This record gives sequence, C-alpha cells and structure tokens, in this order.
Amino acid sequence: MSAAFAHRPHAVRHAALTLTVDGLAVDRGGRRVLSGVGFVLEGGEALIVTGRNGVGKSTLLRALAGLLPQREGRVTLKGAEASDLAAYAHYLAHADGLKAALTARENLEFWGAYLAHESGPELSRTPEEALAAVGLPHVAQAPVGVLSAGQKRRVALARLLVAARPLWLLDEPLTALDAASRLQFAQVMRDHCAQGGMIVAATHEPIGLEDARSLPLGASS
Amino acid sequence: MTSPLAALFLRELRVARRIGGSGTLGVVFFLTLVSIVPFAVGPDPNLLSRIGPAILWIAALLATLLCLDRLFQADAEDGSLDLLYLGETPLELAVLVKCLAHWTTTGLPLVVAAPFLGLMMQQEGSSLIGVTLTLLVGTPALTFIGAIGAAATVTLRRGGLLMALLVTPLTIPVLIFGVSATEAMSGGTVPFFAPFAILGAISLAAMALAPFATAAALRNLGE
Repeated sequence: MSAAFAHRPHAVRHAALTLTVDGLAVDRGGRRVLSGVGFVLEGGEALIVTGRNGVGKSTLLRALAGLLPQREGRVTLKGAEASDLAAYAHYLAHADGLKAALTARENLEFWGAYLAHESGPELSRTPEEALAAVGLPHVAQAPVGVLSAGQKRRVALARLLVAARPLWLLDEPLTALDAASRLQFAQVMRDHCAQGGMIVAATHEPIGLEDARSLPLGASS
Repeated sequence: MTSPLAALFLRELRVARRIGGSGTLGVVFFLTLVSIVPFAVGPDPNLLSRIGPAILWIAALLATLLCLDRLFQADAEDGSLDLLYLGETPLELAVLVKCLAHWTTTGLPLVVAAPFLGLMMQQEGSSLIGVTLTLLVGTPALTFIGAIGAAATVTLRRGGLLMALLVTPLTIPVLIFGVSATEAMSGGTVPFFAPFAILGAISLAAMALAPFATAAALRNLGE
C-alpha cells in the first residue's frame, strides 16, 4: 500500500477547508497581547507569521490551537464537520512532546493513535514512512533520550505525518535543524500543501516555501 | 489501529516501566514509614497490633502523595500535555486513563506489599486480609483525589509539597472508612460491610467526578 501511495502522492487529498480568522484578540497574564488579527487561509496555502520577539507569534498559534482562550473575534473552519478547530490541527512548538524513555517508533505510534483524525486515515503514514520522510529511517528503535537535539526535532516533525490533519500550526519548526534537514522538511511541507493541507508557521528565518503568504505582526500596534 | 485511550494507557505503563522510579519508590517509602513506627512507639505487640491498620493506611496515603506530583508535570515539561488537548478524545477521559495507569503502577504495588508489612505490625490473618482489601478498594480514591491537586500545581516548581497540603484534608474520609473497615474485620463492634461499602462508594465517586475537576484545572493552565 505504501508503494502505491508513494507513486501517487497527491491522489488522496484533505477535504477542502477555509480557515477564517477575524478580529482575534488574546490575553496573556491579564495583558492584551494580540488584538485585531485577521486572515483567510484556503486549503493548500501556507501563511508565515513574522514579527520581532514578544510580538505574539507563539500566542497566536496557541490561541488557534485552542490552548489559550480567544477573548474577542472569531476563528472558523469552513468545510469542517466539527466546529472544534483543535481536532483538525497539529501543534508543534518548542517542546517536542516526546517521551525520552520510549523509542522514536513507540512515540510516533502513540501520537499516531492518539491524534488520529477520522477525515484522513488514508493520508496517515506509518512511523517508519514518517521517519524516512524526515531523513531518520535508522533511529526507529533508539530511545528518544539518546538522540541529538536536531534528531529529536525531526522525530517531532515526523509526528505531523503519522496522524494526518489538515492544519499545521508550527512554532519555529526549524530550530536545531541542519541545512539538509531544512530542505527535506520544506519538501514535506510542500507535499502537505499539495494534498490540500494548510500551514501557519511562526518563524524568523526563511522556511523554504516560496509561494507562502506573510502575516507581519506588530506593525499596526 | 489501537484506540486513542488504549494507546495512552500503554504509553503510561511503558514509560513507568522504563523509568522505574515512581512505583518502586512508593513501595520503598511505604516500607520505610511502616518500619520506623515500632522504633518510635516501642516493640509492644499489643499496641502495634492495635494501631497497625491506622499506620498502614497513613503510610499508604503518604506514599501515594509522594508519587503523584509527577503525574502531569512530566507531560507539561515535554509538551505532551498540550498535545493531549488536541486529540479527539475528551480531556476528561484522557485524565481518567492516565490516573488508572498511574494507580496500576503506583497504587497496586502498595496493595501487594501491604500484607507483608502488616506482618511487621503484628496483624493477624483476618486483619491482613482486611487491610489488603480496603487498600485495594480505597487507594484509587487517593489517586483520583490527588490528581486534582497534581493538576492544580503542575506549573509550580515546588508543586509537590503544595499538592500534599491541598490534598491531605480531602483524603480524610477515605482514611476514616478505610481504617474502620479494617478494624471491623479483626473484631470490634462495627460491622465490616458498612464502612467498606462507603469506602467503595468514595472510590467510585472520585473516579467519576475527579477527572472533570482535574481536566478543568489543566485547561486553565495556559492563562
């Protein structure tokens, strides 16, 4: 099945979705960090959130994932069966969400089962395929605790592939990655967009997506 | 594909087995507490056999509290907790499964160790059975009530201590009915079944209600 899948990478697509964010405001520690954020993202598009440190890039991604309360404004996902955005989103931040005592494969198997989404089981990859896609086919049996920072990061990136979800919320996804891994991950992101997926990434450096739109934060406030 | 909750239960057991620590630590702490009591109160067999059930229960309570502080802290530190919200499984069920796995790795070893430690406290056969039975039924309540405290203090650096302070008063009913059921088993005027049934009821109620409180505490972490 995986061989046929590799020949037709775009044959199966995510359902057509539109993410609309309108007038979003988020508080942190009693202080208004973000206000009046708005954008529209169609399936297949990527959005790069930029801005200086502390401007609220991570806050925006956490609010979109539902990890912070949205004080004002609306976030809607048109075309989704459930109203809950969190069930359609992958969230990747500084913490990798990996257990050091478990092997890379066990970690990915767990997240694959836990984050599995009904809309796209045929898009999900096995842990081995996902590790190969991020260039780490040989570490499946190694405990994550013994991996280097860059390797851990790539196992965390592989998590995006074991449970297919249309919206990727990536907070500094390239941290600790070397040049070759960055190119590899750029390809993974392009494949995701080609399958109709959406990406919202907060980053300071070029991420390797040429046709991505940009959302500068902090310019207006 | 395994179900999300089965996968979570399996992961918790695997992590506990690989890291060791917690479960073994709890049993060793239990053993230490019970074995210092004769040194403090003196080696009087009658006195030991009379206070034995109470000592075993207090030691089990403290050992449970000792193990609880890492229940959500490890997940908060490595980012897993954020991802647990994103599953399609309600957070309440994820909490329930995490607590059940935690009880299996820390509470169950205490129950298994209890009859052996009961021998050190001069307990006779019926009382040994009593203390083991009541701990088996009562320790889930301790784990589930403690989980609320563990969730409320998850972001604090010395949260374990504060958690113990918050949780201990809430565990008093468990202690009262656990000890009185054990004492009823080895004779006395109270029938065994009444306090034992209440103990079971407390455990079931904690299992049903605590996940909601715990999940609510976890949801408000980000603010």
